[in-house]
Amino acid sequence: MKCDLCDKEAVVHLTQVVNGEMKEVHLCEEHAVEQGIDLNSPISITDILMGLSGPQKSIASELSLACPRCGMAREEFRKTGRLGCPDCYKTFMAELTMAIKAMHHSGQHLGKIPAREGAQTRVKSKIARLQQDLEAAIAREDFEKAATLRDQIKKYRDEVAADEGSSQ
Amino acid sequence: MTLNGLLKRHGGWLEAGPEEGPVISSRVRLARNLRDTTFPGWASKDIRNRVWGEVVLAFDSVPESKSFLRWRMDELSALDRDLLFERHLISRELADRQTGSGVFVDEDECRAVMINEEDHIRLQSLQPGMNLQKAWEVADELDNALEKNLSYAFSSKLGYLTACPSNVGTGLRASVMLHLPGLVLTEEIKPVINAVSKIGMAVRGLWGEGSEASGHMFQISNQITLGKPEAEIVSNLEQIVLEVIEHEKNARLRLMEKQEIRVHDHVGRAYGILANAALMSTGEALDLLSALRMGVDLGLLPNMIRREIDQLFIRIHPAHLQKEAGVVLSPEERDIKRAQLVRKFLENK
Repeated sequence: MKCDLCDKEAVVHLTQVVNGEMKEVHLCEEHAVEQGIDLNSPISITDILMGLSGPQKSIASELSLACPRCGMAREEFRKTGRLGCPDCYKTFMAELTMAIKAMHHSGQHLGKIPAREGAQTRVKSKIARLQQDLEAAIAREDFEKAATLRDQIKKYRDEVAADEGSSQ
Repeated sequence: MTLNGLLKRHGGWLEAGPEEGPVISSRVRLARNLRDTTFPGWASKDIRNRVWGEVVLAFDSVPESKSFLRWRMDELSALDRDLLFERHLISRELADRQTGSGVFVDEDECRAVMINEEDHIRLQSLQPGMNLQKAWEVADELDNALEKNLSYAFSSKLGYLTACPSNVGTGLRASVMLHLPGLVLTEEIKPVINAVSKIGMAVRGLWGEGSEASGHMFQISNQITLGKPEAEIVSNLEQIVLEVIEHEKNARLRLMEKQEIRVHDHVGRAYGILANAALMSTGEALDLLSALRMGVDLGLLPNMIRREIDQLFIRIHPAHLQKEAGVVLSPEERDIKRAQLVRKFLENK
């Protein structure tokens, strides 16, 4: 099995029950050491995944960062793996983006949208879906389809831009 | 109806359903949170109480809400909370929470809404047998009705925002509760668990972990909640579970072809102990009932009905035994009651 961070063979395999779900992390020796994994101590998968988001020192320097809405400090969040409020997703976006990618192999919601959400959200979501279709079309070298999709995406992007322009 | 009323009946999800041999039930759970509101684990008591109030108000406008029973965790005894947990109506986490936490349960126990668990709202839909599609439709419908009166925390990029990033996106966790004695007895369960885990699904014992799961009961669920539409998450899980069911059926066939006498012995011994023991722990009862359940599936116990055994799987648990007895029992007293309950069940067969 390959390391989650590079193509080397993973030597450290961690399984942790998070939120009632089993999660696995696989790391090569180099990355395991880099993440400071001490195999003798219990470790939270969120800690590891959070650690994956970039050089340790940049995070350390921002350890004092806290969510302006709910006051949850980065340190607290890293300890529990739970966020304090919906705004924490913005506050801790930098490290969350990597962690979410590692957990879900995606960073874009393609599911249900609450009926109360505005038209903008719907259009943005449509663009995201078309973007995925576009990538798939390119991958299978269906360039005719890709061109159609690209034009559709452009049309929707212009709509969003016009909307945003008019609301400012 | 009161909590004690639940004891006299069984959940609608324990009725007959598709693939009911290897499959007990299918479940879909949706995590939702209120916009601009601190998640329950980080919120003050005031906020949690306010969330409870807001959700109750929104729920009252749902047309069918009248048929739901409601309980607040801080108004229930520890035993009552355990009872709800043993019936799969609330999570352990909710049972351990207090202020502002509670649950709405549909009369047939097929739908439940947990308030202030890890997320503000967790909608659950349980269906008998292999029926993930129906479970998703029911959950979706209830979500739509509730959403009319609530503003959810949502981002166009990350979808429904949840307290734990492992649930973000659809907030959907689909799972199937499976009885896999064939795979356990043929020692094929480990490779199956490994294979299923490798394709992004989680397998765990319903009671106990891994291949050591008591009662040979397992739960398979999706891990990924973001980047796929709900219907796709549900149908992906469905495909994998159907394959596991095929493996289980094949394992049972092979057992009957090659080791029929051993299977008879296994089931017969379980019957013998269940029919005669005077003391029985929960773990032992789960394992023996599992053998009995397989015996029914294989046609070895023609007078027994599978769903009655499924009900026993729940009634032998500590809170159920104590609620039925009407008193708090010591562990040994529970072992006596449990043995009595099972003996009495088998006497009538």
